[in-house]
Amino acid sequence: MCEGKPMADSGAYLKVENLTKKFGDFTALKDISLEIFEGEFVCFLGPSGCGKTTLLRAIAGLDIQTHGRVEQAGLDISGLPPSERNFGIVFQSYALFPNLTVNRNVAYGLENRKTPKPKIDAKVTELLQLVGLPEQGQKYPAQLSGGQQQRVALARALATSPGLLLLDEPLSALDAKVRARLRHEIKDLQLKVGVTTIMVTHDQEEALTMADRIVVMNEGIIEQVGTPEDIYSRPESPFVADFVGTMNFLTGTAAGNGNVKLDGVELAAIGATDSAADGNPITICIRPEDIVTRGVTKDTDNAVPAVVETLEFLGSFYRVTLHTQGPERTEFRADFSINLMRDLDFFEGGNVVVSLPADHIRVYGEAVTHSDEAV
Amino acid sequence: MIETAALSPPLPGHVVKEKVSREDWIMRGVLLAIALFLTVSILLPLYSLMSKGFEDKDGNFTGLANFTEFFSTPALSYSILNSLTITLWTSAIVLILAFTFAYGLTRSCMPLKSLFKGIALVPILMPSLLPAIALVYFFGKQGIISSWLLGYELYGPIGIVMGECIYVFPHALTIMLIAMAMSDARLLEASEALGASKIKTFFTVTLPGMRYGLVSAFFVTFTLVITDFGVPKVLGGKYNVLATDVYKQVVGRQDFEMGAVVSMVLLVPAVLAFFADRIVQRKQVAMLSTRAVPYVPKPSKGYDMAMLGFCCLVGFIILSVLGMAFFASFIKFWPYNMTLGLDHYQFDLMDGGGWASYFNSIELASWTAVVGTIMIFIGAYLVEKSKGFKTGRNLMQFLCIIPMAVPGLALGLAYIFFFNHPDNPLGFLYHTMPILVICTVTHFYTVSHLTAVTALKQMDPEFESVSASLKVPFYKTFRRVTVPVCVPAILDISMYLFVNAMTTVSAVVFLYSPDTTLASVAVLNMDDAGDTAPAAAMGMMIVFTAAAVRLIHSVLTRGLARRTQAWRNR
Repeated sequence: MCEGKPMADSGAYLKVENLTKKFGDFTALKDISLEIFEGEFVCFLGPSGCGKTTLLRAIAGLDIQTHGRVEQAGLDISGLPPSERNFGIVFQSYALFPNLTVNRNVAYGLENRKTPKPKIDAKVTELLQLVGLPEQGQKYPAQLSGGQQQRVALARALATSPGLLLLDEPLSALDAKVRARLRHEIKDLQLKVGVTTIMVTHDQEEALTMADRIVVMNEGIIEQVGTPEDIYSRPESPFVADFVGTMNFLTGTAAGNGNVKLDGVELAAIGATDSAADGNPITICIRPEDIVTRGVTKDTDNAVPAVVETLEFLGSFYRVTLHTQGPERTEFRADFSINLMRDLDFFEGGNVVVSLPADHIRVYGEAVTHSDEAV
Repeated sequence: MIETAALSPPLPGHVVKEKVSREDWIMRGVLLAIALFLTVSILLPLYSLMSKGFEDKDGNFTGLANFTEFFSTPALSYSILNSLTITLWTSAIVLILAFTFAYGLTRSCMPLKSLFKGIALVPILMPSLLPAIALVYFFGKQGIISSWLLGYELYGPIGIVMGECIYVFPHALTIMLIAMAMSDARLLEASEALGASKIKTFFTVTLPGMRYGLVSAFFVTFTLVITDFGVPKVLGGKYNVLATDVYKQVVGRQDFEMGAVVSMVLLVPAVLAFFADRIVQRKQVAMLSTRAVPYVPKPSKGYDMAMLGFCCLVGFIILSVLGMAFFASFIKFWPYNMTLGLDHYQFDLMDGGGWASYFNSIELASWTAVVGTIMIFIGAYLVEKSKGFKTGRNLMQFLCIIPMAVPGLALGLAYIFFFNHPDNPLGFLYHTMPILVICTVTHFYTVSHLTAVTALKQMDPEFESVSASLKVPFYKTFRRVTVPVCVPAILDISMYLFVNAMTTVSAVVFLYSPDTTLASVAVLNMDDAGDTAPAAAMGMMIVFTAAAVRLIHSVLTRGLARRTQAWRNR
């Protein structure tokens, strides 16, 4: 899905340059720059208050930035009001007009363009077909389920064939099952229509499954831009590592040659930062599911002897808490499948040997603060 | 374009200038126009009033001389004490009555609740003069039960307090009902579960939960009574209060400067009560945000009967006041010829402007309802929904709130000073119907504005954003979505304006001309001339009209609801 990224010389469809947004003394966006290419599906991902919605609203012209430029399709739109830009938008609340039928809601933008009536009707029918609500045109929004309302809002936003589709947490008002289904529907629809799309979300799963590229934001800055693969496997900052997925943050020391030391055990690490001098404290990160134990002996690369502390059953897998056998007894977690657990003899207090594969280790030089029990 | 963008990176300190769209200009223009209206209709007249208080008859600045005179003339300054006395008495009585009544309606299983609620709201349809006139027929020198006063005189504080109680009861009740509807049943259940007695629960849960409602009801009662002019005009006798003093100084003695001084004194408690109420209301909003569970009363025979008995008593008093005014208007010559007839409805045979004043009132009320509703709703819409232009919107919000703090008499007097000033280019409005409309719209602006704001706040704030993204101008969305969704609130506002324009006396009493006499003023003038029965008859005409409008309103609300609000039904 990530091969859709066009060549650099084709130019970005949307360019955000040095964007800063201040609300009084509070700076919501700090010097943000970003390029989005035609036909791309980009997610702004981050915790609440990270500035992702502010960035979206600046791109839409709803809350114009304090400093910086926004360029769409080669035109500088930095200071333009929303009505002079080219986008469709779906809000978390959907903002469907309650007194108009579904048909009239979808036709709302078309009716103002002096499009002939039969053409409007045809377009509305086509759009409702597209979002999978062909028979619902005569109903009022209140008569529809949340998921249906969401799709009407999508049809209304697409009706005027905008160059850019903005989705502001479009799924967060829905219950889990509907949300999972709509993820795929929206993604399919976007591929079919081919419209450049930006979606704001705080749900990492949503971003990972839907986006061509994810923009991870935190406290008004962009932490990382990359494909879902990139973001998950090669988080560039401790924040990204912590926010997306589950991560072990282990205190160790640099050991030269890109190697690291964890409680006396030297480990090779491909993702090591070479900035830290030998012996300096560093943070070693590895995801619980990347820790291997089947077939691991003391001679395996990056083998770490450990003691099982607790076993926590989580349905399809066990989350196992272990600690190293050295003096520091560094604690870490590993996810082992049920399958694996059946074959191996794990019990609380038992000794095991695990391996932390070099290509899955991320090393961060700076001291890391993270949410302690990130799950 | 891309080239130049790449060549000249934006300077970091450069603040983006938002392009103001054509629509934004329209919004700002209309907002400014309405702000300008309010400036002319409230700010400038108030300024004229204030400055008049510091001038002598020839317009020379005299500093505090007028105020010194006011406070050193006992006949005048005693009025402050008198006003406070009747106001506090009325507030105390009405709060207890309204609280108990509201308690019966919300916390008991007594029957006929909606009937009693309807009866309790009847006084809203009357000019305050009318209950006062009815009281004359009960307790006056020839009243049917005058001996019940045990020799005390009706004319004076007793009469005023009785009249005011009836006049403000529905206002206090409405606030109490809202406050009681909002209190949380879970707290009561918790108290019960912890084994607290009913009495203890009442004093530790119910009453504290309602404190904001009580305080708010007190301030509303206070302001209404201290600024009311109708009741003390009829029942004051020699007992002077501030409101009647303004009238006497201006109409009786033609002493406009002293009138200005008295109305400024009257302004002080009204403004204080107004600000206190605003603070309390803000606190109450904070309480609302928690998710309260409404209380459902359980039947309890003795208690329900007691509540029913109390409500019957209050309802009976209100109905008998209305009934007395009604009969008095038909009785040929009280108390000598008790046969019924329509003699007193021959308004053209009496002073006060005749039937013309009734039709003038209808005209005034209609214009006020139409012009006022349109302007107030659009103004509220722009304050709530326009983008940017923060200073303008804040200023507008402030202007919309001022009228509530200004007593009608002060407003009317301010209009004399402002519009009758020889240098005022708007002077041609003086003594016309338009000035009455302007004055009445302004007088009742705030409550209508707040009603509109409440309705607009309930709408999704992103409707405008969506319209902009679809390139539909705001005024189309306003017409196609905002107005239809807000129809109930719009009807409420227009009815409120119509009924109040029919019943109000205080502001317009200074502004009518021989061509624009009004029904409510006619009630006043006929009563003044001793034609009490015709005054009652004209008062009843106002009640009939206001009641009819209320009826039409409820039919319309229901009918329109069926047609335009079909989307509300799932």
